Amino acid sequence: MTPQMIDRLWQAFLDTGLMVGVSAGIAVLAGLPLALFLVISGPGGIVPAPAANRVVGAVVNGFRAVPFIVLLVALIPFTRLVAGTTIGVWAAIVPLAVSATPFFARIAEVSLREVDAGLIEAAQSIGCRRRHILAHVLLPEALPGIVAGFTITVVSMIGASAMAGAVGAGGLGDVAIRYGYQRFDTTVMMVVIAILIALVCVVQFAGDTAVRRLRAR
Amino acid sequence: MVGLVFDSLHTPGTPVATGRRSPAAAATAPGPAAGPAAAPGRRPGTVRFEAVSKTYPSAAGPVRALDSVDLAIPAGAIFGIIGRSGAGKSSLLRMVNRLEAPTSGRVLVDGAPVDALDTDGLVALRRRVGMIFQHFNLLAAKTVRQNVALPLTVAGVPRSAIGPRVAEALRLVGLEDKADTYPSRLSGGQKQRVGIARALVSDPEILLCDEATSALDPETTLAILDLLRDINRRLGITIILITHEMHVIREICSDVVVLERGRVVETGPVWRVFGAPEHPTTQALLEPLTRGLPPDLADRLQPLPTPGGSAILRITWAGQGTPDLSGLAVAAGTPVRLLQAGIERIQGHAVGRMLVAVPGADPDVEARLRALGGAVERLGYVAPEAEAG
Repeated sequence: MTPQMIDRLWQAFLDTGLMVGVSAGIAVLAGLPLALFLVISGPGGIVPAPAANRVVGAVVNGFRAVPFIVLLVALIPFTRLVAGTTIGVWAAIVPLAVSATPFFARIAEVSLREVDAGLIEAAQSIGCRRRHILAHVLLPEALPGIVAGFTITVVSMIGASAMAGAVGAGGLGDVAIRYGYQRFDTTVMMVVIAILIALVCVVQFAGDTAVRRLRAR
Repeated sequence: MVGLVFDSLHTPGTPVATGRRSPAAAATAPGPAAGPAAAPGRRPGTVRFEAVSKTYPSAAGPVRALDSVDLAIPAGAIFGIIGRSGAGKSSLLRMVNRLEAPTSGRVLVDGAPVDALDTDGLVALRRRVGMIFQHFNLLAAKTVRQNVALPLTVAGVPRSAIGPRVAEALRLVGLEDKADTYPSRLSGGQKQRVGIARALVSDPEILLCDEATSALDPETTLAILDLLRDINRRLGITIILITHEMHVIREICSDVVVLERGRVVETGPVWRVFGAPEHPTTQALLEPLTRGLPPDLADRLQPLPTPGGSAILRITWAGQGTPDLSGLAVAAGTPVRLLQAGIERIQGHAVGRMLVAVPGADPDVEARLRALGGAVERLGYVAPEAEAG
């Protein structure tokens, strides 16, 4: 491999990191409140709102149903509005975040739902208001599951980011397609695959370690 | 099953000071004005249920969980609610701090209806009513100290005031050394102690116990019940507990109410309900604590007297007196053999049964034995070789 190719791979690695990092951050900031809403407004929740719950649930399902490559194209007008451009890394971050948010919200929702109803009842019995229940019971008790779900989200986003090349965003997946597929450069493709495997392993290991620490208490 | 005859001089019906709480204190405690156990500045902690009903919708039509329950729980009592699963006892308990609301009727704590409270009022009420649970319901992500501190933290108590109060609550339950441990590292009994500390840290006047010992082994159960009794005596807190185990009621309660299918079927001081259970449900719940006829004796029991044989009599005490053993022989006019006996003292009352063999077939012996205070029942007769049973 030429030094230029190594440079190109490094740049692609940074692009992937930037895309996944920023959109994962957005997914947490938007997905966690969404998950909390779905749990507390659902049947048996502490703030039941069946109608709103159904609407939000349907919207989440809608976004989850659209394949990422389709979403990437369908969201172009929205991307232009938000990012001011339809090509490049920032143009990819918008659809990535939009796709990852409902994904993470559903996973976090499962963890939140698994918090024992007895704990919520105990919190009510000691005079906790709803916001106390969120801050002291639901979120801390579900945290290990939420962190595990976040790990899954990041790994699947690393995969999805490979399609970002379609809007000229670069990244590791784009390099693999352009050099490996279109130019028959098997070496580059193999290197990219190795980097992706290593990246996913590191992310998964970090997530597992965090979860183990949280559960060890 | 100890204490066969402690004081034969003790007059019937008078509570005697024993290790247990005097029933008189609970039974005669006045209303909201001033309970005898109430410390200055503390509200007494009375609870009233007025025609409380609860109906749940279900797939098979509405289910009536509680059916016009009327109940007055005096301040400072240890009040037991017993019943089978599904009898409605849990619903009844959870109405005191309004984790559940009645479909109709009223629940009053210290004379104030809890149904009328807004969110602020409800939060304030719940800070005066502590609760402990069968499965402890401790937060796994918080240390023992943080769990116990939570009621104060959410009440906005300054941090400097929280520390000493948490330490005091942990000292009360004997867990000072576990403050920085996470609940998952504690045994069941220790977890329940943390639950008790959490319930008591906001200095409540009422403590609700929802099957608090049902997940514990017998030894730990007794230790937790001891602690609850001690808390009741030292802090004057009204304790309302629900259980399906009669021995829990016997161990610490002053009064008991028996629920069956959402209705109160029997209520009264524990010694009376134990001594003379009237309703079949109560009798069934007491069954595990009651010794039946020994099988070998039951096999040999005959309806008619045998020459040289004995009459088998069951004498039941329900607080009307204490068994006088020499008086037994005098009243029978012949030596009496004791075949089986289980007499306990509950709140100073002798409660239990004796099975005796009286030689001969004297038809008047019951009447003479009855004069000693117990209820006498002739079960049958046995042949001579069997009477030693």
